[in-house]
Amino acid sequence: MNRPGSIQPPDDLGDARAATDMAWAVQRADRQALGGSGGSARAPAIGALSRRRFLVGAAAAGAGLSLGVLNPRTAAASASATADEVNAWVVIKPDDSVVIRIARSEMGQGTLTGLAQMVAEELDCDWSKVDWEYPSPRQNLLRDRVWRSFATGGSRGIRGSHQYVREGGAAARLMLVEAAAGRWQVSAAECSAANSIITHKPSGRTLTYGAVANDAAKLAPPLEVKLKDPKDWKLIGQPVKRLDTADKLNGKQVFGADIQLPGMLNAAVSACPVFGGARKRFDAAKVAAMPGVKGVVPLDNNAVAVVADTWWRAQKALKALPIEWDFGDGGSLSQADIIARLDEGLTAETPLIGNQSGDARAALESAETLVEATYSYPYLNHATMEPMNATARWTEDFCEVWCPTQNGEAAHAGAAEAAGLPLEQVEVHKVHLGGGFGRRGAPDYVRQAVLIAKQFPGTPVKLLWSREEDMMQGFFHPITKARVRGGLDADGKLEALHLRVSGQSILAGLMPNRLADGVDFATFQGLLPEGDQRISYRVENLLVDHAMRNTHIRPGFWRGVNVNQNAVYMECFLDELAHAAGTDALAFREPLMRSNPRGWAVLQAVAERSGWASRQEDGRHLGLAVFHAFGSDVAACAEVTVEADDALRIKRIVAATDPGFCVNPQQTEAQVEGSFVYGLSALLYGECTVRDGQIEQRNFDTFPSLQISQMPEVETLVMPSGGFWGGVGEPTIAVAAPAVLNAIFAATGKRCREVPLKRSGLKFA
Amino acid sequence: MSKLNINGQTLELDFDADTPLLWVLREQAGLTGTKYGCGIARCGACTVHVDGQPMRSCVVPASAFGPAQAITTIEGLSPDSSHPVQQAWLELDVPQCGYCQSGMIMAASALLDGNPNPTDADIDANMTNICRCGTLQRVRRGIHRAAEIKAQGKTA
Repeated sequence: MNRPGSIQPPDDLGDARAATDMAWAVQRADRQALGGSGGSARAPAIGALSRRRFLVGAAAAGAGLSLGVLNPRTAAASASATADEVNAWVVIKPDDSVVIRIARSEMGQGTLTGLAQMVAEELDCDWSKVDWEYPSPRQNLLRDRVWRSFATGGSRGIRGSHQYVREGGAAARLMLVEAAAGRWQVSAAECSAANSIITHKPSGRTLTYGAVANDAAKLAPPLEVKLKDPKDWKLIGQPVKRLDTADKLNGKQVFGADIQLPGMLNAAVSACPVFGGARKRFDAAKVAAMPGVKGVVPLDNNAVAVVADTWWRAQKALKALPIEWDFGDGGSLSQADIIARLDEGLTAETPLIGNQSGDARAALESAETLVEATYSYPYLNHATMEPMNATARWTEDFCEVWCPTQNGEAAHAGAAEAAGLPLEQVEVHKVHLGGGFGRRGAPDYVRQAVLIAKQFPGTPVKLLWSREEDMMQGFFHPITKARVRGGLDADGKLEALHLRVSGQSILAGLMPNRLADGVDFATFQGLLPEGDQRISYRVENLLVDHAMRNTHIRPGFWRGVNVNQNAVYMECFLDELAHAAGTDALAFREPLMRSNPRGWAVLQAVAERSGWASRQEDGRHLGLAVFHAFGSDVAACAEVTVEADDALRIKRIVAATDPGFCVNPQQTEAQVEGSFVYGLSALLYGECTVRDGQIEQRNFDTFPSLQISQMPEVETLVMPSGGFWGGVGEPTIAVAAPAVLNAIFAATGKRCREVPLKRSGLKFA
Repeated sequence: MSKLNINGQTLELDFDADTPLLWVLREQAGLTGTKYGCGIARCGACTVHVDGQPMRSCVVPASAFGPAQAITTIEGLSPDSSHPVQQAWLELDVPQCGYCQSGMIMAASALLDGNPNPTDADIDANMTNICRCGTLQRVRRGIHRAAEIKAQGKTA
């Protein structure tokens, strides 16, 4: 039995270790499917120095690292950029332009710009001269992980690296000042730096950063750096424009799917539509003579790819290729079986406890009023706009990969394993992502590309999944149901709550070594006793537990992860309790949030801004939700109308977020707005269902996404209270669905407890 | 070989007759700004203009077009990103990941060509492209802003 006081959420979810674990989990699944050496998958050993590595290493030692040589984005610029790297984070060119290295991946969430702002803040450089580049995972390996984690998930891009990236900027600044002082033969203490200019205060002499960057690069890095007091920040907290917008307006931005290399072939792939199934046989001869076809390649034991001169021809031949599958055990499972399994878990005994205080069961027995409700939340596909893809070129002593990835190091490891080469002989070029949302932390598609390229040594091959393949071969938001019971005392105060989650565990499916005595603490996001995924309320008698009911469907981390359903379960049920108590939903929460002033502040802010107090006299239907997620406190107040013909319109949402420190408020607003599109798409339509073991939805016709006509007006209140670093990309999605569901109740008096709403009888154009 | 008029140039391209325009643009003409999202004309990422009208290029065979039809892709919308929609998008930082934005911009510019001052209802009716990052609110603001920029350009 777990003691509540000792419970810790898995804080590093989405970081390198988790992602690397995931890389191996993917392999393990593949190998287990092979029926062979499951469990023996290991990270490729770092072998003896290869000839190739020796050459790169020698260049690095002799002339400074020119990282860009291996990065298509900066290849031209870096050919001459050798000695201008002040440190790992900062490159300054003679013309004073500044290149800031970004280790995390940009997938739309704005992390790239936020991280650059933080380095530039401490560097005191001219922001108008800032550009950026990605270091590669291989360079990170060869330089003892100087950039630390490349993992971009769990809303950790900024909150997980703010300290060391700012230190990188501050150290570079000290070195530049020291170099200028050396040039002038004066004490560095007499010099100041601002806006890329160093000034010797007594004499008024100045030098630009570009003029001394080469000298600075030769200096030993400072042993200690002091970061600015937040009150002195000039760039952090400012709504500066993104650094990566211009190329997204004219077609110049190269995404992974856009990679074009000389002589490149294209591949289309089909994996067994049932997870855990295998390929029985395929008839390559049937497509060998089709135009442009270069080969048919079996992958692992469960997939087959067609390679052709163009992707269209490859995909066309793939569709014509006769393939027989062995669906395996999963092939007999359908949605009703899964629901039955979850229903059984709603009342089963379970030792998996996430949060416990007092005696919830006894208190529920003796409560004056008992309220009970059952909710459900479905499987969901990430459905990034850009389907999975990767380009690889393999030779027997080196493999290069170009791919959109949320975790360069996991992609590197996955590519090396597939290439059969040590990590030093594999390079991964990170390319902009056409969306990530958690899907691109896994390197399954990278492995496939390398396995295909291995069959065409020396020739680059680009693998692109069709939308249909992408829909079927996802890492699905797990399916769960919840039975929630609450006990009110005679005064209508909540005295006991039991929230039972029944359903699938992500960690059990992807990284079972992360379970703690069988408990998947990620399941309890936003419901844990403490930490950055803690519960927002204090309830005297509380029990939150989990009946783990897994299936063969591959689970994954989907924007917001388990806060999506946990916030529906908690926040909609609190609304039900308030209604049962005859109390206003805001007033009902107040006594439960006295030890949570930040959560209360964002909730009050949205209530006030939305006119919560006067809603009844104004005839408006509002719903509230508040949650603590990824270290931040978020709240939303949704306003809906439901017409006589059951037509639902989500008119307006006021959303507040307190991420502690806010690096870029206009990008925070963009993330909040986007969270409603993703979260409400799921609420209205998003559902993946299982028939004969296969995901039924294959494209956007059966898995629709919110359109602009359904987009509510979102007003964002950014309320940074300072003192901590909370996440931004994911927290707000928690409150999207429950705020709207509670508003629907206000409008109709009817509780919708099943997500999505497409079977609710409500209509939405 | 077939002749297509793309971004003001007549190109001779070699493709199978059933190849959708999208894939000819991307794989034969090398214009990768037009994106593949669904292949069934549902998402709008592949939107181009044909004689000024928005068209989802993933479901129409390229062989249906000849040199008489002017095909415009995102690369040809303006020579220097100066189209009012591009200006507005830059000003408001509309894109997030950016993958859907070529299609959004082409759909928005076609809307403005036919309706220089669209109402919210006009935008609702005409903009059916999807964006998973969730830029929809800024897309709406961007269209209104582009209408202003366009009007200013005319009076200036």
